[in-house]
Amino acid sequence: MAHAHTTHATTHAPGEKYYVPHGSPWPIIGSVALFTAVSGGALWLNHVNSGPWIFSVGILLVIFMFAGWFGTVINESENHLFNDAVDRSFRMGMMWFIFSEVMFFAAFFGALWYAREYSIPWLGGEGVKVFTKFLLWKDYESAWPSNGPGQVGGDFEVVPAFGLPAVNTALLLTSGVTITIAHHALRAGNRKILNIFLALTFILGFIFVGLQAEEYHHAYTELNLKLSSGVYGSTFFMLTGFHGLHVTIGAIMLTVIWFRCLKGHFTPTHHFAFEGVAWYWHFVDVVWLGLFIFVYWL
Amino acid sequence: MSKILKYVAGGIAASLPASAAFAAWDLNMTVGVTELSRDIHGLHMLIFWICVLIAVAVFGMMIYSLVKFRHSQGAVAAKFDHSTKAEIVWTIIPIAILVGMAIPAAETLIKIEDTRHSDLSIKVTAYQWKWHYDYLDKNVNFFSTLRRDHDKARQLHSGVDPYSVPNYLLEVDHPLVVPVGAKVRILLTSSDVIHAWWVPAFGMKKDAIPGFVNEMWFRADKVGTYRGQCAELCGRDHAFMPVVVRVLAKDEYDSWLKEQQQPAAAPVANANVESAALTVAKAE
Amino acid sequence: MSTAHNLTGGHTAGHADEHHDHDHHGPEKGWRRWVFATNHKDIGTMYMLFSLAMFFVGGTMAMVIRAELFQPGLQLVDPQFFNSMTTMHALIMIFGAVMPAFVGLANWMIPLQVGAPDMALPRMNNFSFWILPFAFSMLLATLFVPGGAPAGGWTMYPPLSLQNGTSFPMLIFAVHLMGASSIMGAINVVVTIMNMRAPGMSLLKMPLFVWTWLITAYLLVAVMPVLAGAVTMLLTDHYFGTSFFQAAGGGDPVMFQHIFWFFGHPEVYIMILPAFGIVSEIIPTFSRKPLFGYDAMVYATASIAFLSFIVWAHHMFTVGMPLAGQMFFMLATMLISVPTGVKVFNWTATMFKGSISFEPPMLFAISFLFLFTIGGFSGLMLAMVPADFQYHDTYFVVAHFHYVLVPGAVFSIMAAVYYWLPKWTGHMYNMKLATWHFWLSTIFVNVLFFPQHFLGLAGMPRRIPDYSTQFADWNMVSSIGAFGFGLSQLMFAYIVISTIRGGVKATDKVWDSGTPQGLEWTLSSPPPYHSFEVAPEVK
Ligand code: HEA
Ligand code: HEA
Ligand code: CUA
Ligand SMILES: [Cu+2]
Repeated sequence: MAHAHTTHATTHAPGEKYYVPHGSPWPIIGSVALFTAVSGGALWLNHVNSGPWIFSVGILLVIFMFAGWFGTVINESENHLFNDAVDRSFRMGMMWFIFSEVMFFAAFFGALWYAREYSIPWLGGEGVKVFTKFLLWKDYESAWPSNGPGQVGGDFEVVPAFGLPAVNTALLLTSGVTITIAHHALRAGNRKILNIFLALTFILGFIFVGLQAEEYHHAYTELNLKLSSGVYGSTFFMLTGFHGLHVTIGAIMLTVIWFRCLKGHFTPTHHFAFEGVAWYWHFVDVVWLGLFIFVYWL
Repeated sequence: MSKILKYVAGGIAASLPASAAFAAWDLNMTVGVTELSRDIHGLHMLIFWICVLIAVAVFGMMIYSLVKFRHSQGAVAAKFDHSTKAEIVWTIIPIAILVGMAIPAAETLIKIEDTRHSDLSIKVTAYQWKWHYDYLDKNVNFFSTLRRDHDKARQLHSGVDPYSVPNYLLEVDHPLVVPVGAKVRILLTSSDVIHAWWVPAFGMKKDAIPGFVNEMWFRADKVGTYRGQCAELCGRDHAFMPVVVRVLAKDEYDSWLKEQQQPAAAPVANANVESAALTVAKAE
Repeated sequence: MSTAHNLTGGHTAGHADEHHDHDHHGPEKGWRRWVFATNHKDIGTMYMLFSLAMFFVGGTMAMVIRAELFQPGLQLVDPQFFNSMTTMHALIMIFGAVMPAFVGLANWMIPLQVGAPDMALPRMNNFSFWILPFAFSMLLATLFVPGGAPAGGWTMYPPLSLQNGTSFPMLIFAVHLMGASSIMGAINVVVTIMNMRAPGMSLLKMPLFVWTWLITAYLLVAVMPVLAGAVTMLLTDHYFGTSFFQAAGGGDPVMFQHIFWFFGHPEVYIMILPAFGIVSEIIPTFSRKPLFGYDAMVYATASIAFLSFIVWAHHMFTVGMPLAGQMFFMLATMLISVPTGVKVFNWTATMFKGSISFEPPMLFAISFLFLFTIGGFSGLMLAMVPADFQYHDTYFVVAHFHYVLVPGAVFSIMAAVYYWLPKWTGHMYNMKLATWHFWLSTIFVNVLFFPQHFLGLAGMPRRIPDYSTQFADWNMVSSIGAFGFGLSQLMFAYIVISTIRGGVKATDKVWDSGTPQGLEWTLSSPPPYHSFEVAPEVK
């Protein structure tokens, strides 16, 4: 147990003190924004005409909140209010945030695994569920990909792994390299290389998103592969969709820190925002590898 | 092991009021009328008494400390604050106890899961809020719903005193009928949401899951009428879809089956399998 | 509440005050102080008061449940509304009462106990709190929409939960918001503990409340996103034609249960680990004897957390899992009794040869010890698969989890409040009244929940508004207990509010009688608005 005998250092240099901000309006703006957005969403799903509008207002407020909040933090950072301890807090916070994101994707990978390993074979009468086929789905042969015994969404074709997806894999892996180069440049104080390779990174990111959109269009128009194509379509679009969303967000964050680099922010030793975004980008990268292997390939 | 269980079960059955006579102040799990229900009851009592023993030991120690070492009685606190030996002891002992519980539990479980060699298979389909029974390839099938008078009585402000309705909420229009001593295999599914088929006296409960078929079995070795309820929240009238099973002597059962086997029943049979499949196929 | 010293933030004599400098002010004035709050004490206070309010709301719903179940026959509410009450009661008690209470305690105590100036990420701290009132407004609003509030049980199993109309997306989004709040709160706790400890406070010197919360926070960050994923799939199944939980499309309703309980089981330990921490703080103080087996306690907590990830399917024994699966989940579940037992034994050993006095916090801690253990025993019984085929979805389960949640989690929260309230407000509360509150609560909680064991064993299913006459007597007893317990809680509210308003000054150590350990007792009562701006040295 902690023994409660405490003494106090009598002197302490400024900047040694942990920066505790005083009253901030951004969090409450964020809460109101989120509430507006989900209220709008709920109304929308209940077919109330005002829904989409309220939803959009909420989203705009969320963006406004992020801009304002991060703007404040950036100023504090540029004014050297943050000592190493604060910097450490940010890093740890970012790591645990990314971990929570990993767990969010884990839920959907889990669903994919369950569908392939259990529900589909069971519906095909395997294992403990022989009578399931015999009594309910006589003429269903389990297979993968599948839209289930109900043929939900009708016949569809799948996106071959070694077409666009392979290209996308190459793009993301490359972007992983370019951001690392940019990071080394930042550490070495070589701003020119930094700016170029950081730009390359988010350009690759946006190209990836573009190709993903192209792939979706192809799937919907030519392959009849839709979100509603049974459990295959569900897992395919939810996994790749949420990933695409994260890539978009990541690319935007990269763009933001790129502009900060242009404005001369960050020092070789002090650049949490850069590293945070870099980690996030690598996370998005790794998730994609999982997708490529388990969704497209196997 | 299971012998010990039966012994325990018997002992307790005698010592605790499990019979309908005391129903109102019922305290314990019913012993039931199947081998499984008796095994389960035995297992239940075994764990129960183990927990009681541990409780006596642990609570005894606590109470002793609370009484013996009162500040108000001038008790002076000792200084010790750990003992690796103690920690090891009270890690090992519980593990040993758990192993002792796991073995009979596993035995019973294996027996429960063995649905092979059944004498009679009945497909049970759950609906909101009634049961459909289909005697496979005997083309006998019918719905089983809460009986009218009970349904009237249970309405909000019905003004009917539940006590005036015998077996309140546990009476259906067409009970399931099975022969005594036969291994009955229940093939469970649902047409809408998840329900659960449960007759405490048979010791078994299984979920009825739309689009899948679950299996369970029982062998009732005592004629009589046994009552249970849907045991998975299934919406507004979850409380009002009872399960009633009449266990008949073999010959009575056969004659009952005969009079049910009107040809008219046949088409309905398939119709129901179909409708079940269809309702499931409809994406929500 | 305005005159309580720390709440008005007046600078009380505290070590921190010697180190005045420009960016050190007291609290802002008026509403901005609370709405823009970044101070861990203010945010902690808001969490605690919010939790108390939700406890009353969820409790009132429980009273509706118990009133309808007072006797057989439908007297008061429509079955659909009854199901809504059951569903909302659970969601509000879990996400609105118990979890925010623990987060509030974390906010107040962790910085004080590790010697930090505040939580590591103060703005995010405000965000975590202020999301909650909005989330619960959305949840409670469902009571007034066409079709009524969610009625599919707090477990939200499809396809049933998908039958809810207007309220459905509101439920999903409310859960999303609560999840976001919990994740941010948890991250803040982890970072504060890992990064803000006073020099010299090595991990194995941390108070157990800090330890248990650290592990709880890990659990939260790991499982809350999974819940978010699960409800998101519900949403897309309902509105966007996905087939995650549709057999026809190749999905499986049971898949939802697996994902839900992967969150749900750790969730129940999220509601008990901080309780373990609280009890581990209180028992040594009033036994005047150091906690027995500190290290063992830490390792036990960690093993419980680890095991909690591999036992989820014990909630689903009746869904028709393969035999091997049932075996595995039965054994893994039973194993959890071992580390939990270690904790119970260590608490007992702490009291053994101690010098015990019975102030309200200690009374609640002792009650926790006995009644939680009873709840644990019934849990162990539930873990036996064959027996669970009989227990499952009966009042035996309801009895089990209320024993671990009410005299477990809730009592620990009340113990914590009675233990630290004088430190927070600087006022002593009315011991006599608190002792009355204790005895009434402890007696009635047993009258309320013990008979539910009998009901379950006799065969009464849960989630039913009406039942066969053979269940009548015990239900009446249980309902009487419920009303008694509910009314007793009004005393708690009264004691807390009146203590915030004023009372006999509390000393810095508060429990001079006992031997309270930990940094919080080195500060004034109430502590200065900014405590430990310069980290204390821990020897
Ligand atoms: C705080 C919350 C909490 C806690 C701590 C626990 C603790 C435990 N729970 Fe409980 N549980 C719930 C909350 C909790 N539970 C809830 C809310 C539900 C219902 C959800 C729903 O369906 O709505 C539930 C349901 C539930 C089920 C499903 C029942 C069913 O639906 O059919 C099971 C089954 O295994 C179970 C088991 C256990 C076990 C083994 C423990 C163990 O952790 C207990 C361990 C403790 C002890 C055993 C006592 C102390 C130990 C000793 C004195 C040592 C010696 C003892 C032995 C060696 C035996 N719980
Ligand atoms: C931490 C969680 C928690 C807490 C604290 C409680 C507290 C209580 N619970 Fe709850 N309960 C759950 C979690 C919790 N419950 C869960 C998870 C379920 C399962 C839901 C499901 O099946 O989906 C459940 C289900 C549940 C049921 C089963 C419902 C059903 O199956 O249909 C019942 C029935 O008795 C019940 C009763 C109570 C009572 C009487 C209290 C009491 O302790 C409440 C006491 C508090 C108050 C009463 C409020 C304060 C006082 C006032 C507001 C003054 C007014 C009072 C009067 C007029 C008397 N609960
Ligand atoms: Cu059918 Cu509950
Ligand atoms: Cu559990």
